[in-house]
Amino acid sequence: MADLAIAHPERQAAAESPAQLRQDRLLSVGARCALPVALLLGIGFLAPLVAILGYAFATPRSFDVFSSFTLANFATLFDPANTVWLSFFWSCGLALFTVAILAVVAYPIAYGLNMVFGRWSALISVLFVFPLFVSENVRLYGWVLFYIRNGVLDGSLKWLGLPGGPEVLYTPGITLFGMVYTYLPFMLFPMTLGLALVPRDLVDAARDLGAGRLFIWREIELPLAMPGILIGMLLTFVLAIGATAEAKILGGQSIIVISHDIEIAFTYSQNWPLGSALAVVVTFFIGALTLFALSKLDLDRMLGKR
Amino acid sequence: MLLTSPAALPDPASPPKPILQLVGLRKSFGGFDAVQGIDLDVREGEFLTIVGPSGSGKTTLLRMLAGMDTPSEGNITLHGELINDVPPNRRPTCLVFQSLALFPHKSVGENIAFPLKVKGVDAAARKARALELMRVVRLPESYFDKNVMKCSGGERQRVALARALAYDPEVLFFDEPLSAIDYKLKKTLEKELKDLHRETGKTFIYITHSLEEAMVMSDRIGVMRAGRLVQVGTPEEIYGAPVDRFVCEFVGEVNTFQVKRGPDGAWNGTDVPGTFTLQPPASGAVLDEAFVVVRPEFMRILAPGESADNRLEGVVYNEYSLGSRIQYQVRVGAKVMLVELSRGRALPSSADRRVTLGWDAADAFTLES
Repeated sequence: MADLAIAHPERQAAAESPAQLRQDRLLSVGARCALPVALLLGIGFLAPLVAILGYAFATPRSFDVFSSFTLANFATLFDPANTVWLSFFWSCGLALFTVAILAVVAYPIAYGLNMVFGRWSALISVLFVFPLFVSENVRLYGWVLFYIRNGVLDGSLKWLGLPGGPEVLYTPGITLFGMVYTYLPFMLFPMTLGLALVPRDLVDAARDLGAGRLFIWREIELPLAMPGILIGMLLTFVLAIGATAEAKILGGQSIIVISHDIEIAFTYSQNWPLGSALAVVVTFFIGALTLFALSKLDLDRMLGKR
Repeated sequence: MLLTSPAALPDPASPPKPILQLVGLRKSFGGFDAVQGIDLDVREGEFLTIVGPSGSGKTTLLRMLAGMDTPSEGNITLHGELINDVPPNRRPTCLVFQSLALFPHKSVGENIAFPLKVKGVDAAARKARALELMRVVRLPESYFDKNVMKCSGGERQRVALARALAYDPEVLFFDEPLSAIDYKLKKTLEKELKDLHRETGKTFIYITHSLEEAMVMSDRIGVMRAGRLVQVGTPEEIYGAPVDRFVCEFVGEVNTFQVKRGPDGAWNGTDVPGTFTLQPPASGAVLDEAFVVVRPEFMRILAPGESADNRLEGVVYNEYSLGSRIQYQVRVGAKVMLVELSRGRALPSSADRRVTLGWDAADAFTLES
């Protein structure tokens, strides 16, 4: 076939009708339909990223975007004297702990939604989604009122004649609590979906072949639910590493997280190039981590489709 | 010595002792009785098939036997021990699911070795046993590491079978495992399953909606309808002496017509013309009205002068080739009768030919209508 095409190039050219040539010049129907969305994405999503990238290489403490090029901002970030690594450490650590705690907390709920709650599952799911309708900051201030001295917890205990609640507010621990609370739905729903993908037949069959509950969980349920669990973990990790409100509101700035550092650079210190450089580093770090995880996470193989 | 006492020796005259006994077994879901009172003795080492249309309760019955459902009433005993509430993982029984329920994230070998892993058998012994079982079910050894989802329908069937055998159950249950397989392969697998039953000597309880499948494989067949066992017997008994119209029609295509006793005591056809000589019903009941069943293979097309106990005049409407046999559709008034002849006795030209159908009284069943 290929030989034929090479031997008669003139015949092939003659076969192309004028209509076909016109179609080659213009965009295809699909591309034309996608144009509005592509423009919107270009302006709304890509442009800010390009601007950030531009600022990252601009002269420190200036607004000379795209007109200057320097690596000074990155040099500042990687300077051992800079303590930004501490914020980075806090963000990563808190995100890791959040994911670990969520995995343990969400699994039984996801299991319940699939196997135990029956017709109540829909209602219970809605209850878990409901807090998302209220602004995150408002919800976090709600927790402040709950834990603050003479607040809901402390006040109630004192009213009952007890010594009063523990001093938990404005500590790294309460920040972690806030993050677990905020990101629970983002772990729960992918996990529920993952568990829903485990056919009941397989569990019945494993049991019939002599397996006990723990063995079935380890050999059948967990591996088959893994795609959902891993997606939930990835999602909550990415969200948690960019979290600021919990550390600011509940943690009372007892610790500074990386996104808070970026915010300070853009607002208080008016050093957009440094903030941009930090944002670029964090974005690349999370992006690389996500791509690495996704490449390891072969969903088809896990589900046995291939 | 107890072991050498005559009682301990098997008595060749008596039938094999029941391994599984069902007494008054009943299962209700809400107000609906899926299984309504089943008594059955399953003999050790037999191939018993429960056959019935969908919704007859056969799967519910099997789930109770496998331990996945608990009976609402009645008892299941295995070797004389009550097992009603014994969970499936503690029963020496194993079910081959309709979906086969193979573990998609495990290889062929891992699937087969699963019950051995549960028992804590070490990896080398597991592999050896799995390969041995793969030979038994005729799977090539190279399949050991193959992804089970990449196997064909027939191969998956064999994997599921090998996995069940790896559990080494005393009784194997099958829930229509061949229903999704093409005809030719199904025929092969049916025979293989029967061979396997012989090789292993285990008790097989098989469920299907296809009596044809049941006939090929079974030592005994139980016909189920609306939660009850209508008839239990050997394939010959089911085929040759069906207890009622349901079993009769379930067994295959049959010719049926109604008869009524005339004032002179003779049986007159109600929906076909003529007077007929019939056998008394097997139930021994004295009837005024009855229902006559003649299988297509017992109907003959009479040559001039040929005699038969009963005859009907009709016109051939169509013929269907069944391979080695030919089936003719003969219209007798408004009634359609089927006649099957071997190819050697085929009519030279059939369409619109006037024929006389004949059959002997001994080849027909008389049933209560």
